[in-house]
Amino acid sequence: MRRFVRSHATELALLAVIAVICVFLSFATDRFFTLGNAFDLLNTSSVNIIFAVGLLVVLIAGGIDISFAVAASVVQYLTATVLGWIGGGNWIVGFIIAGVLGVALGCINALLIHGFRIISIVATISTFNIFFGLLMFFTGGVSIYNLPDWLTTRVVLFEREMADGTWAEITLPVLIMAICVFATWALITRTTTGRQLYAFGDNPEGARRFGINIGAMQFIAFGWLGLMAGIAGLVQAHYAQEVVPNALYGRELDVLAAVVLGGARLGGGKGSVLGCILGVLLVSITQNGLNLMGVSPFAFKMIVGAIILAAITLSNTSIERLLPFLKSRRVPS
Amino acid sequence: MAVGPGLAPARLQDCKRDWIRGFDSMADQALDGAAPRPLLSLRNVNMTFGGVKALKNVSFEVLPGEVHCLAGENGSGKSTLIKVITGVYKPEAGAVIDYDGQSYSHMSPVTAQASGIQVIWQDLALFPEMTVAENIAFQTVIGRWPRLVNYAEMRRVAINALQRLGVTFDVDLALHHFPIAQRQIVAIARALVGEAKLVFMDEPTASLTQSETDYLLDIVRNLSASGVAVVFVSHRLAEVLEISSRVTVLRDGALVGVYPTKGLTQSRITELMTGKTFDYSVLHRDLSRSPVMLEVKGLSRPGEFDDVSLTVRRGETLGISGLLGAGRTELALTLFGMRKPKSGSVVLDGRPVRFGSNRDAIAAGVAYLSEDRLSLGLIQPQAIADNMVIASLDKILSGGFISSDRKRSLVNRWIRDLGVRIGKQDDAISTLSGGNQQRVAIAKWLATDPKLLILDAPTVGVDVGARAGIFDIVSKLADSGLAIILISDEVPEVYFNADRVLHMAQGRIVGEFTPGATTPQAIEEAVYA
Ligand SMILES: Nc1ncnc2c1ncn2[C@@H]1O[C@H](COP(=O)(O)OP(=O)(O)OP(=O)(O)O)[C@@H](O)[C@H]1O
Ligand SMILES: [Mg+2]
Repeated sequence: MRRFVRSHATELALLAVIAVICVFLSFATDRFFTLGNAFDLLNTSSVNIIFAVGLLVVLIAGGIDISFAVAASVVQYLTATVLGWIGGGNWIVGFIIAGVLGVALGCINALLIHGFRIISIVATISTFNIFFGLLMFFTGGVSIYNLPDWLTTRVVLFEREMADGTWAEITLPVLIMAICVFATWALITRTTTGRQLYAFGDNPEGARRFGINIGAMQFIAFGWLGLMAGIAGLVQAHYAQEVVPNALYGRELDVLAAVVLGGARLGGGKGSVLGCILGVLLVSITQNGLNLMGVSPFAFKMIVGAIILAAITLSNTSIERLLPFLKSRRVPS
Repeated sequence: MAVGPGLAPARLQDCKRDWIRGFDSMADQALDGAAPRPLLSLRNVNMTFGGVKALKNVSFEVLPGEVHCLAGENGSGKSTLIKVITGVYKPEAGAVIDYDGQSYSHMSPVTAQASGIQVIWQDLALFPEMTVAENIAFQTVIGRWPRLVNYAEMRRVAINALQRLGVTFDVDLALHHFPIAQRQIVAIARALVGEAKLVFMDEPTASLTQSETDYLLDIVRNLSASGVAVVFVSHRLAEVLEISSRVTVLRDGALVGVYPTKGLTQSRITELMTGKTFDYSVLHRDLSRSPVMLEVKGLSRPGEFDDVSLTVRRGETLGISGLLGAGRTELALTLFGMRKPKSGSVVLDGRPVRFGSNRDAIAAGVAYLSEDRLSLGLIQPQAIADNMVIASLDKILSGGFISSDRKRSLVNRWIRDLGVRIGKQDDAISTLSGGNQQRVAIAKWLATDPKLLILDAPTVGVDVGARAGIFDIVSKLADSGLAIILISDEVPEVYFNADRVLHMAQGRIVGEFTPGATTPQAIEEAVYA
């Protein structure tokens, strides 16, 4: 038990913060504590969670990526265009095109970082600008509204009528998110490749001495984020029912904050899928709650920022200090 | 249940016997066969970093099952040679590596591991965020194709390896929770996983206490008896003489020679390594009239140390000896303001002090050179010069800004006085050899001009020549009026370099010795009893 607390301190701290906020919002508003609202939260958080688990892999491997959100916009646009050319397609074709494009863009980052030895933050700030610049230049900022029918049709996986006559629904993005979460979890905790990614982020020199292929690690990490970004791009297009070139611009910082909040370390070697999801949920629950309470949207960012700070402080000061009875007796050395 | 980091020395003996028995049967097979062909034979190895020639035409040979020591001063190329053999570095063209019947122009880490070469790295190369189990059994997740991880198997392998070492650890806890000595043991356990034919140990005993070291030496003997060759690097020459059958000596990256251990003495090895001779004698300073610099009365921190009283005069070096866990480091950290005492008083230079933090302590003139200075004391990617002045920035200011002239002259002075071997002042610390990094860490604190200098294991991983250099400086500092506390696991070190020696055990001061009036053996007997 004590060991569990020590190794999952961040996740537990986040859970505690989320629980407190939920209790507060349940009393402060009448709509927060309803099934419909819970499902809404899931539906709207799906895209960010897909981004987040992708970014998590890069952070674990000791890198950082600023470009993935605009990369997703590029993928959205190209996929929509290609789907137009081939005259429709379907979900499978859509995912293949978006996935391949996403991986390709991720590999450009990996190539810059590994092949040209540019540190990841600089490399991805450059690609962020290049991707976004090219996108705006070639599209002229024009959105695409005539998407294929299959892409814009809402797919409801589960629904239930509420007492007040509204419908609580779980939609397709949640399923896709669940698959991405599971795949990332399996990759980083169940496969040898995942453990090598952790090792590489934790101590690159130590990993090198084991003969871990450093280049492969970079391509896998950024390729995986690219794949997730591609998928998230397509899902976002489905959710919004349109492709707007700058719709995802700025999303990268929200996601990055949520992932770091979830315990991933800038610098590598640390982070979990659960923490990542909790990080995203904490931010969206707060936003959702403020919304329901009728707080001005201008105050949102400020309050979300304050909550991120509070949560990070709580998980840094280590649960042990807040709950001293958990402290194990120290052996003097 | 074992909670948290902790060795269980009581259990050592039993496991040790099993471990020896396990090897006896294998040893028989290893012994038949005619004149042994070398397991590893290296020729024409050259290696250059930037402008520094780290290895010059070195050859090296290891016989199957032998214990071979690699000796040389800090920066002489020992670690680099190991990295060439294990494929971390690629030597310049022309090198020949013959290993186990195959010839290579260079190795790769994967080939080296697959063909039975294991390494305990000087910097350990462990993964702090991973669990102990995963650190030890990390080889099981290496391989060309991705596979599923078998955590149960990892735990089993790790527990097994630790059992061979006769220690119990909580293998599910992340490594960063453990202190340096335990990490060293994890690194040793890691090298015992798998079927090794050749094990390199690069200063494995640097952060171990005497009893742990003895235990490791037993393991080395057993490995050797079972046909595994061990290449052992250590600056503690007594160990070298005790364990090895042959010694290869390097100086400035070049081979000096290969010598059978029989017939070698510590001073002979030192001479081969440095080209100089050293002699040791006990200090004789009359300090009875020197004013007291530090007076500690009844200092206690429950669970760590209890009712400690001591005085150190100006110009005096007080040695503190004892086993791991005796509370010496905790006492030092308390004097340095990093922990608060529960009761007791400290008077420094005639003034009672109560430090709120180590910043107060530094301001009052206390300097503390930590045990774990390789990871805590230095900022690895930063320049040598910057690391050296970081604790004494106020001394190099001119008009509120750092004066690069003053910085350079301060740095030059310490590089000269401590004999640090560097390329340029602006090179990163990480390019220095382990022992030279150590000297930079020492220089950093000496540059603060302290009143009380606490040295916690100051010569871990430092070669004989440099040890003499460091103690020469310590002695000069004492003569200039500093009070010095010297904590060391090596009794001879305190014996020859301290005016008085305190023996600390289980948090209490239990004995006091005056080097001139007793022998090192007598102190050793008291400490290791
Ligand atoms: N990666 C590197 N970049 C630049 N110089 C290096 C590098 N590695 C080693 N050197 C230099 O090569 C020389 C040999 O270093 P090495 O680490 O092999 O010494 P060593 O014999 O192991 O010393 P020690 O006893 O201090 O560990 C030193 O001068 C060191 O500064
Ligand atoms: Mg070395």
